[in-house]
Amino acid sequence: MTLKEVKETLNADVISGDHDLGKEITCAFAAELLSDVLALAQEGALLITGFTHSQVVYAADLANLCAVVFIRGKRPSEETKRLADQKKIPLLTTSFMMFEACGLLFEYGLKTCAIKTENGKKGK
Amino acid sequence: MTVFDIVKTFGLQMRTGKDRLHEEVTGGYASDLLSDVIAHSRKGNIWITIQTHPNIVAVATMKELSGIILTGEREPDANTIQKAEEEGVPILVSPLFTFELVGRLYQIGISGMSP
Amino acid sequence: MERKENNILLHKTFHIEGGDFINAGSISDHVKKILSEAGFPNKIIRRISIAAFEAEMNVICYATRGDLSLFITPNFLKVVVEDEGKGIPDVNLAMSEGYSTADEKIRELGFGAGMGLPNIRKNADEMILTSKFRQGTHLEFIIYLDRQETQLPFE
Repeated sequence: MTLKEVKETLNADVISGDHDLGKEITCAFAAELLSDVLALAQEGALLITGFTHSQVVYAADLANLCAVVFIRGKRPSEETKRLADQKKIPLLTTSFMMFEACGLLFEYGLKTCAIKTENGKKGK
Repeated sequence: MTVFDIVKTFGLQMRTGKDRLHEEVTGGYASDLLSDVIAHSRKGNIWITIQTHPNIVAVATMKELSGIILTGEREPDANTIQKAEEEGVPILVSPLFTFELVGRLYQIGISGMSP
Repeated sequence: MERKENNILLHKTFHIEGGDFINAGSISDHVKKILSEAGFPNKIIRRISIAAFEAEMNVICYATRGDLSLFITPNFLKVVVEDEGKGIPDVNLAMSEGYSTADEKIRELGFGAGMGLPNIRKNADEMILTSKFRQGTHLEFIIYLDRQETQLPFE
């Protein structure tokens, strides 16, 4: 699923990264606690979150995520947007709640990130 | 759909709240930020989160939620279990991550929109 | 932890102020930049940066102040974090997944899930954590650059 399809499915606004909508998403991860994102989200994942502080961009960058979509109409600060522009991490926002956003994307066919074991290998 | 139906459909593990399984689920709410849950969840919603500390019980009680599902095989800590037993709040555990569990709940008709 | 004497090719120290959520993440970002510019493999950069991020967040959430130092040698990358603050009463407990002493403010900011220290351990080859209750905490973690599949014999 591409970022453009995510935008359309969620009726989302693009806050940053207009030109990157062709990016392919590997899987989706929904969380608002950053440690979980760092521990479990896979590279290329779409992060669905209500957490809008700048750390989310740092975390997305460290974990090599594809993009971040904020739910419930939340928008990050200008500073966070600037950081995202700098790090080339697209940010979107949708008025859907987390529950609905996940439901719609799952229905569309977006997969969940796989469970990781030690040192980032996939498996149980 | 009741809490029991959800437990059965998804093979959830039940940690507390055996007596409240007959409760009707009015919808689903997914968030790890307590202030969000307090502000926007509705009575009877089933709450999906990875937060495991005792405050989740207080929130669930305050908002009269039908139960809490912890995802990613998260376990409630001992204080949380004790509090949940006192308040009669069902705490359920799923090995799935939030995105997938919510996706599947959505598929069987649990809605996230306000009633 | 067995330590070889190695030439330190780079040593940089960053200061972290407790409670400085506004700048949270900026130091591990610096660490990432340094390692990228030095040409380390992405996988290693990712592991060290994530561990550094967790360490940085711990100082900001729980300590009064701290210093994070990055060491680059031909054989390993090491990060040392020394902080002043209330310290950790029970290190083993702190290392268990899900254990957290976060207060409401920290949780509302999206932290305090209790995964920080376990995340550091997961991403490093070796980790040392010591603490003096009410004084502070000392954390070190290492990634070996030429780690082989099997454990290297000690000399």
